[in-house]
Amino acid sequence: MPRTATLPAPTFELSRATLDNGLRVLLAPDRSAPVVGVGVLYDVGMRSEPVGRTGFAHLFEHLMFQGSAHLEKLDHFRYVQASGGTFNGSTHFDYTNYHELLPSNALERALFLEADRMLSPRITEENLANQLEVVKNEIRVNVMNRPYGGFPWLVLPSVLFDTFANSHNGYGDFADLESATVADARDFFARYYAPGNAVLVVAGDLDVDETLAMIDKHFGAIGKRRVPKRPNFREPPLTAERRSTHDDQHAPIPAVALGYRVPDPVRKLDALLAHVLLTEALTDGDASRLQQRLVHRDGLVTDIGAYVGEFGDPFDERDPTALTVTAHYPDAASLDRILGAIDEEIGDIADNGVPDAELDRVRTRLVSGMLRELDSVMSRTLDLAKFELIHGRAELLGELPARFAAISAADVQAAAALLRPDNRAVVELVAGGAR
Amino acid sequence: MSARPGAAKGADAKAGANAVAVADEHTLDNPAVPALTRPRKARRLSVTEDELGSGLSVVVVRKPGVPLAEVRLRVPFLSGRRTHPARAALLAEAMLAGAGGHDRAGLAAAIQGLGGDLSVGVDADRLVLGGNVLASNVAAFLRLIATVLVEPAYPKDDVAVERDRLVERLIIARSRPGVVAGEALARRMWGEHPYALSLPEPDAVATTSAAQLRALHAEQVRPDGAVLVIVGDVSPARVLNHVHTAFEAWSGTQHAGRIPALPALTVAPTLLVDRPGSVQSSLRLGGAAVARTDERYPALQLANLIFGGYFSSRWTENLREDKGYTYGPHSHVDHHILGSTLQLDAEVATEVTAPAMLETRYELGRIASLPVLASELDAVRQYAIGTLALSTATQSGLASTLAGLSAFGLGLDWVVEHPARLQAVTVEDVSAAAAEYFAPARLLEVIVGDAAVIREPLAALGPIADAAPPDDA
Repeated sequence: MPRTATLPAPTFELSRATLDNGLRVLLAPDRSAPVVGVGVLYDVGMRSEPVGRTGFAHLFEHLMFQGSAHLEKLDHFRYVQASGGTFNGSTHFDYTNYHELLPSNALERALFLEADRMLSPRITEENLANQLEVVKNEIRVNVMNRPYGGFPWLVLPSVLFDTFANSHNGYGDFADLESATVADARDFFARYYAPGNAVLVVAGDLDVDETLAMIDKHFGAIGKRRVPKRPNFREPPLTAERRSTHDDQHAPIPAVALGYRVPDPVRKLDALLAHVLLTEALTDGDASRLQQRLVHRDGLVTDIGAYVGEFGDPFDERDPTALTVTAHYPDAASLDRILGAIDEEIGDIADNGVPDAELDRVRTRLVSGMLRELDSVMSRTLDLAKFELIHGRAELLGELPARFAAISAADVQAAAALLRPDNRAVVELVAGGAR
Repeated sequence: MSARPGAAKGADAKAGANAVAVADEHTLDNPAVPALTRPRKARRLSVTEDELGSGLSVVVVRKPGVPLAEVRLRVPFLSGRRTHPARAALLAEAMLAGAGGHDRAGLAAAIQGLGGDLSVGVDADRLVLGGNVLASNVAAFLRLIATVLVEPAYPKDDVAVERDRLVERLIIARSRPGVVAGEALARRMWGEHPYALSLPEPDAVATTSAAQLRALHAEQVRPDGAVLVIVGDVSPARVLNHVHTAFEAWSGTQHAGRIPALPALTVAPTLLVDRPGSVQSSLRLGGAAVARTDERYPALQLANLIFGGYFSSRWTENLREDKGYTYGPHSHVDHHILGSTLQLDAEVATEVTAPAMLETRYELGRIASLPVLASELDAVRQYAIGTLALSTATQSGLASTLAGLSAFGLGLDWVVEHPARLQAVTVEDVSAAAAEYFAPARLLEVIVGDAAVIREPLAALGPIADAAPPDDA
């Protein structure tokens, strides 16, 4: 068995710059293939939506694709794709990203496209009305018309957290979305989309000096604006278990989600990493503890999974975030036995720890999976950007294997000790669909 | 498009033939947008191929990047037997439930300890063992895979657990409207052919035994005709040695029985499947297409992109960006061993189901009967060439691409030479392909949605056939 001390680590050659308007720039050249990734992360996500405007950060993300200072509607898509590239954007709890992956001969074009919408997106009544319908159809296809849609990420936060920022539905209520106005969108842009509130990352086939010159040419002319003060979204710890139910009219069998509060992912990163290793020991593959116990020994659940971060990415959010365990199970009457078995297995680790051999293999696979993700230039671009924005240091991405290697069995045991029933919320999905 | 480097002169020269076209709205000639620069060539990859005495073909590509190796073992799995779909699906679920001296958890722990991950997938055409591992552990990983092939256990108790889980998963899968719609379209296209049954019936799974899985494994999990692809930060010569050693004991020839040919598609009225309370309708349209080796394929590929195969397509710009009827319509050409298909998928809001069908048929009729614009062709050509390179730029993407191509006797050469084929496609070629394959009269239509709301508006557009309600509903 390979020793964790020899785990491979990715290396990045990073260059930084900050423009006069405050835009933070990070370059990660790798000339092995003629492919380049461009990502812009704005430091605003679903948590910052105003009360009465649930889903607005995501709706606004759509509006950023609807034309800009020099571009008509549809042009953004067409210019990227006619260059042989792909694009997308996504809205997270703490940030919103926009990105392109292209043949490297389209790099300057991509930088222009991102700069043009940072300068001035084309927010009109017509575009807003159109994208409102598109977003409603996105919610229908991903949530309302499918079994287990949005479960648990749209449901669990409302039980696990108390403030509007942390607990509301990030896809948005239709009534809120429908009442959004062009003025709201212009205000949101003015407040949160300042250059100084963004990080631009370019990774892949690039020359550092040439790329910096192109960035200065296209982004440098965007005026400096006030950067909003980032609120502290922290909440006091739970003192008792919380329970709730969620009706799903399409689901044929019940499901459950357990959400646990976890340490501050930025300020207590090592404690968070111990939680990540714990989730892998609990549910990664057939050798994991909860799979062996609940699927194969007790036959209580059809499947079970555990992850840190509300979208399953432990490094995607600032405090507060969650460790989630989810399971689907055929017998609605077995929930108490399922919770009891989960508590026993976590309790066993809290009491007796994890053998080094088990921790080593779990850690080896975890790091191997991280490396695999980094083989994609687009993933690498967005991961570097995320670590730069959320953790303040993109270098952390390359340091993670060593950080994981330094987590001891005792650290994982301590993490397990925090996963007590009084530190969690449990949401039972009640199946209303035909079997 | 003023600045595409040397790409599409042929197509531009032929734009004059485009007499029917409206003003060319697609021309991307905004002077504010930077031109593309000269493209850099990708490093040429070299492929090492071998065939073992057992008939197993091996393809190894050294592709540095991250220190991993991707492995795909593709075993042909077509069968005409009616019992096959359920047995094949359960076999895939239970294959890793122990092998050699390992029980289920022991095998999983051994793979995990190598930094590895291994899973088994199956469809009507093939069984795939797919995974990845730290490159330094590739030899041990291959030995474990070979152990699964040669000494699978299929323990009775584990098979029973997997059987119950699979039944539940099938029930969950069929609660998704897209799955219901896909199955209904497959039945409408293929009737009683095995291709019509994309998922097995739960009852058939429930009566499948461990002994039947062992028998199926013995009959069909054989190296003759199988392909093993390994891509990663590895030395091909050394990996080939590992393969020879690890797979030495895997032998034998498949006994798959007779495979029925695909039936010809016959046109039928739009099939309406009721899903009461559905807030969206699932539209599925399907028809024939041509294989990658057909000389018309590059033109059909580009016609599909123009119609609905990428975001800047006519169907997306119409249904989503103009009307807001849907989040994302998508059309795709899929290649199966026995034939290729064209399929259109869209989930549209219930209240606009009929208008969405109307627009869909309009766009189909338009591309089938009017020439596409030269600028549209330029855009999709560049998109197809660029994204082919992007999709094979990762170890996992390249491994999956090569494993998929291998079933059709194609390899990396096809990937390398395909841009030249795309460059040669003309507006006339695209129109000919579209006229033949996108003609609305040649496509079968299935709609899954709330019949009480959508039936009457749909009936105004053309004949509707109502699907029989499921037996146990």
